[in-house]
Amino acid sequence: MAISKGMLLKVNKQETATLLMLAASPDTEVGLSHPHALKTRGWAAAFASIALAFAVLLGGAPQAHAADASCPTHDVAAAFMVEGTLINNDKPVEGAKIVITGEGVTTCGVTDSSGYFIIDTPKGGNYVASIDKSTLPSGVTISDSDNQQKVDLVSTNDQSVLFPLAEGASTSINFGDQLLIFGFQGLDFGLMLALCAIGVSLIFGTTGFSNFAHGETVSLGALLAWFFTAVAHIPVILSAAITVAIVALYGVAQNALIWKPLRKRRLGLNQTMIVSIGFAMAARYILMIVFGSDTKDLGGNSLPVTMGPIHTTNIAVISVIVSSVVLAGIALFLTKTRIGKATRAVSDNAALASATGIDIEKIIRYIWILSASTTGLAGILFGLQYQANWYTGASILLLMFAATTLGGLGTALGTAIGALVIGMVVQVSAMFIPTDLTYASGLVILILTLLIRPQGILGKKQRLG
Amino acid sequence: MDLTQILLLPLSQFFAATTAAYVLCALGIALHFGYTGLLNFGQAAFAAVGGYAFAIADKYLGFGLFGSLLFAIACAVVYAFILGIPTLRLRADYLAIVTIAAAETFRFVMISGQLGSWSGGSEGIDAWGKDFYDLNPIPSAVYNVFGIPLTERQLWADIVGWAVVVVCAVLMVVLTRSPWGRALKGIREDEDAVRSLGKNVFGYKMQSLILGGVFGALGGVVFSLNSQTVQPTVFGTNFTFMSWTLLLLGGAATVLGPIVGGVVFFVIFLFLQNLLMGLQGAGVLPFITSDQAAQIPFVLMGITLMLLVIFRPQGFFGNKKESQING
Repeated sequence: MAISKGMLLKVNKQETATLLMLAASPDTEVGLSHPHALKTRGWAAAFASIALAFAVLLGGAPQAHAADASCPTHDVAAAFMVEGTLINNDKPVEGAKIVITGEGVTTCGVTDSSGYFIIDTPKGGNYVASIDKSTLPSGVTISDSDNQQKVDLVSTNDQSVLFPLAEGASTSINFGDQLLIFGFQGLDFGLMLALCAIGVSLIFGTTGFSNFAHGETVSLGALLAWFFTAVAHIPVILSAAITVAIVALYGVAQNALIWKPLRKRRLGLNQTMIVSIGFAMAARYILMIVFGSDTKDLGGNSLPVTMGPIHTTNIAVISVIVSSVVLAGIALFLTKTRIGKATRAVSDNAALASATGIDIEKIIRYIWILSASTTGLAGILFGLQYQANWYTGASILLLMFAATTLGGLGTALGTAIGALVIGMVVQVSAMFIPTDLTYASGLVILILTLLIRPQGILGKKQRLG
Repeated sequence: MDLTQILLLPLSQFFAATTAAYVLCALGIALHFGYTGLLNFGQAAFAAVGGYAFAIADKYLGFGLFGSLLFAIACAVVYAFILGIPTLRLRADYLAIVTIAAAETFRFVMISGQLGSWSGGSEGIDAWGKDFYDLNPIPSAVYNVFGIPLTERQLWADIVGWAVVVVCAVLMVVLTRSPWGRALKGIREDEDAVRSLGKNVFGYKMQSLILGGVFGALGGVVFSLNSQTVQPTVFGTNFTFMSWTLLLLGGAATVLGPIVGGVVFFVIFLFLQNLLMGLQGAGVLPFITSDQAAQIPFVLMGITLMLLVIFRPQGFFGNKKESQING
């Protein structure tokens, strides 16, 4: 009976909080899928987190908590929290009591029907989390050493905890199922990334500069969606519509007030890129001043959905469908409509397009509307499933660049493919590498692309220069 | 609201070792961008490589002060090769994206804790650099420097930090006025023209990347030695862009630019931060919190960066003709 080592998976507020933590007993297959898996704590832990995959219980999705008079309920406005999901053998452990002690306080929480717990702490600091063993179902145990999980709320305000549970006769998820589970997360993440990255790509295609301020468009979408749903209590669909409209307006205004005048001045593309960095900094900190530095809980009322081995939420499924439909719409727009064709003409050769009577500035304006609104939509979907704070978009900006580079700079279809590949790699790599390095795997692909095929999958060689 | 505090603390940035560290990084970018036209958006990684290499060599490998310094420089050279070989042949904006991606990747690896105590995870490595402070000839006391109390340790770190800046600046003046420096400027203006003269453009670019990267690594060493800790969070993208802002403030294709730009930038930045927080504390700005007051200078920094590039690309000292760099 192998008991996996537990580990703490940090969810730093400045990084994408992609993974949820839960406990598992991966058993023999830990060694089976990778010969080095048991060599270090990190490797074993990475595999322990495999079983966690059935869930898109991403930070703060489920809201309901088992009522327990002795434990305080989670306050949405709380600044510091510890969360996680107790899963044993595919089955969520309901009603287990988790006790958090440290900094002179003791508090607790109880897992809900999906095994999820979230516990607020009054302030940051170092805590220890442990499970009240008497509340575990019979046959489920945890060793004493594993039942003292350190919680670091100094460097982050939202910490996830992983408890390795053990059971007499446990089975584990086979490799194929794991691949499906992570693959679905990758699909979900990749589609969202595609929505953002197509914006970068279209703007690059028509105007020639890499917009470093694109991440802030994502953040704006996520934070506005939070404001309309959680503060103004407007229904999600309506909130999303208002948000997309505002973000589209933000895109047009940005183009009209900054980028169009700069094109008129004939500012070099490298200089424009540096201006976009300055703009990104200003916009990012304005978002922080307006919305605060804490991570917002969009708290959509998600329902669990099961598709074969994949345990996810209806929000994730809706997100996949919405992203796919919008991406298909963009593809149709670019290939079938007059403006779409004109857009591609401008991307291909602006001077020639202009000579045929295409109003380039008009096309660029349309592109800014399109790119900002799809990016805002991606921000909403991202916020609903992962997190929403002032740094949300900035944290995935480089993955967007990786997607556009992999797909071929300036080609919309290539970018969508690139984004799907990057999304898949970032999520599926969690099966093989430590979870805190999965994000870096996307960046490694970016660097490898430039080494092997710098023009990207669908790019043309002449664009290289 | 304590006025002397608001006025004096920013002035301490004049000679602070941290300012010297940023100036060193900016000098490196001046060589990359100002003289060679390379867009390096990952200078933070060179600083991080320098800081980590020095800390590891000093604390775990027992290389001693000068051994650690040489090790830090060697690591920066190796990193420059790894970065430059695949990217220097590509267009400038590719280099920009790869340098920033590589810098973030390096930081993620350091944060991840997979390297155990070698990197120390998000905590970083602390309690090293004893050799450096053992060399301190300044008698133990609290010194009053223009009204700012400094311990002998701070004074020593500040003096050494700025001494490194002077050495690097002099080296840069000599090099940029040499035929080698003229070749770099030629590459910046017209790569193909330089190539047609039979020069090895790739080689020159690589040398520039290495030397500027070493300046960045020295900046990282100075920065980390000052606090005797090296932490991954410090070397994020903000570190790089702050260096860029102070470089462009002073003038990209100058040696004096990053130095004056750095001092002016940090004095104004801290002054604004103190002033806004002081005003907020005094109740003059009732509509914002002290946290928000502390962020406003970052917004202004972003706007400054934009305005500089658009309206005064030559900064304080540069020549406008030399500042139309476009790869």
